[in-house]
Amino acid sequence: MPGLGGRFSTVVKAKVSKLLDRAEDPGETLDYGYNKQLELLQNVKKGIADVVTSKKRLQMQEEQIKQQVVKLDTQARQALAQGREDLARAALERKTVAQNELQTLDQQVAELEKQQEALTENEKKMRAKIEAFRTKKEVIKAQYSAAEAQVKIGEAASGVGEQMADLGLAMQRAQDKTEQMKARAGAVEELEAAGTFDDITQLGPPQDDIDKQLAELSAGSQVDDELAKMKAELGEGGGGDAPALEEGEKQAEQS
Amino acid sequence: MIVRISGEGQYELPDADAQRLNDLDNQAVAAVEAGDEPKFHELWNQMLDLVTSDGTELADDELVESDVILPPRDSTFEDAKMEWSGEGLIPD
Repeated sequence: MPGLGGRFSTVVKAKVSKLLDRAEDPGETLDYGYNKQLELLQNVKKGIADVVTSKKRLQMQEEQIKQQVVKLDTQARQALAQGREDLARAALERKTVAQNELQTLDQQVAELEKQQEALTENEKKMRAKIEAFRTKKEVIKAQYSAAEAQVKIGEAASGVGEQMADLGLAMQRAQDKTEQMKARAGAVEELEAAGTFDDITQLGPPQDDIDKQLAELSAGSQVDDELAKMKAELGEGGGGDAPALEEGEKQAEQS
Repeated sequence: MIVRISGEGQYELPDADAQRLNDLDNQAVAAVEAGDEPKFHELWNQMLDLVTSDGTELADDELVESDVILPPRDSTFEDAKMEWSGEGLIPD
């Protein structure tokens, strides 16, 4: 099988033989293998903790951005009610940016969730293999002649070595993904710090890159549609929509 | 035949499936080389299905080497292009 399976088998088996080459005699292979397994299990635990931490960080960002979305929506309504369509538009532009960000964060949290489950499942398997290896190790030591023991040790070590190599690859993949998301989370924090999701009432005249980007974005139909919808709500109802507005105004007065 | 799906576990498959799996594998590689992403995904899913539906999952305490190791389930077309076409990318 030279294709997908063949190539991947080659990669994993190369790692296994590298692992086993480090030990010189069969007895050493057993102990080395066993210690290496325990070491790897610790790494997996750390890896899972890492994934959980990254997930929590993203979830916290999600919460903050959700609050911003609500706030910006309220502010757009207030601005429109006061006849400031320009401000309303700016608020809706920011809301669109925030909503897009939320969507991405949602996907990332889901992906980390999957990673976490897979690694946890993997850790369980590895633990069972280690236990099996430990039992086998004792049986081999007690029951077999040297020559037989060597064969048995080879089999057991290859079996468990494959699991180790595979788990090592899974860990690496999880780490790569977590790193990417950490970098992204950092970038989002910078955006927040730069005021992208900030209170629209605190904005001066457009002056930074973000405002330029937002202006470009406003060409997009989402902002136009939403603005039209808000206008319709405000226009049609006349006094009918007053409670929402009053509520908004109250909030504005409080802040 | 023992087949491992990387990141998931090992399955024992009837020997008769080896040829079928090999055929799918060759077709998948051809699809990668032809740049046909939908075809690759279709074949890749068929391979995974064959292993998980026809195979019996090995118990966690069995220490056996696999005859074939398949890449992780969530491998992308890009992964496939990098790792499995041409000379392949074999680290270490």
